[in-house]
Amino acid sequence: MSEAKSNTPVVASAFITGLVFAIGLGISGMTDTTKVIGFLSLNKDWNPALMLVMGGAIAVHAVVYRIVTKRQSPLFTETFHIPTNTTLDGRLIGGAVLFGLGWGMGGVCPGPGLVSVFSGTTEIFVFVVAMIVGMLGWQQVQRRM
Amino acid sequence: MNQFVMAAIGGGLIGVAASILLITQGRIAGISGITGSLFKSDVKDKDWRMAFFLGLMAGGVALAIFSPNVFVVSEQRPVWMMGVAGLLVGFGTQMGNGCTSGHGVCGITRFSVRSLVATGTFMAAGMAISTFLTGALS
Repeated sequence: MSEAKSNTPVVASAFITGLVFAIGLGISGMTDTTKVIGFLSLNKDWNPALMLVMGGAIAVHAVVYRIVTKRQSPLFTETFHIPTNTTLDGRLIGGAVLFGLGWGMGGVCPGPGLVSVFSGTTEIFVFVVAMIVGMLGWQQVQRRM
Repeated sequence: MNQFVMAAIGGGLIGVAASILLITQGRIAGISGITGSLFKSDVKDKDWRMAFFLGLMAGGVALAIFSPNVFVVSEQRPVWMMGVAGLLVGFGTQMGNGCTSGHGVCGITRFSVRSLVATGTFMAAGMAISTFLTGALS
């Protein structure tokens, strides 16, 4: 576990990652649930703009990913932690279905929910508290399996 | 500015953020995974996870101060429904090991079959219920 060469740069760069991620979510329109609902609702004035959020993120990250993973190690730690699991199972599909239903109901996914929690609306506050309860709920289920 | 341009720029910044975490510590920037792990007693390296979480919060506070108009809540969906939505999002992302960031952005980038299947599934489920609700509520 003691793989960090020094902890401060690791922690600082993780903080900056979160900060830049939040600003990106805000600029992109993902913290506007009318836009998310407009994107996920295909029947009424479908708004495809948010397709470009995932597109833009993948375009940038795909280039960097291919360069960076050729290196022996990341800048501040010893090894890469890229998931290696390739199993398609009921847990993956079931989880994605439940997440999708929740996303389509509220127009909020985890990042935009957390970023919007200080915006002061009851809707987002209720969503985020319930999301954390839901996370703890799965962790309880998993502990009993 | 045009919302398509904003979406692409914002998306690009999200790609930059995911890249920073990959370059510096070789990790996947999955928001639901990192957040969920903060509540797990068997996860030992919580310091960078907490720092990421606090960075997200700090970004939210900065937006609320300097650009509060980015936060809009649709009046179409009642508060109780937001509660149900939150429960499903929390439970589902832990069960399926990821959300729009981990599976959607990072997973598709590395052509992970699991992430491609998960993203297709949650997009389809989200579009189905949102389309239904928009039809029923408006």
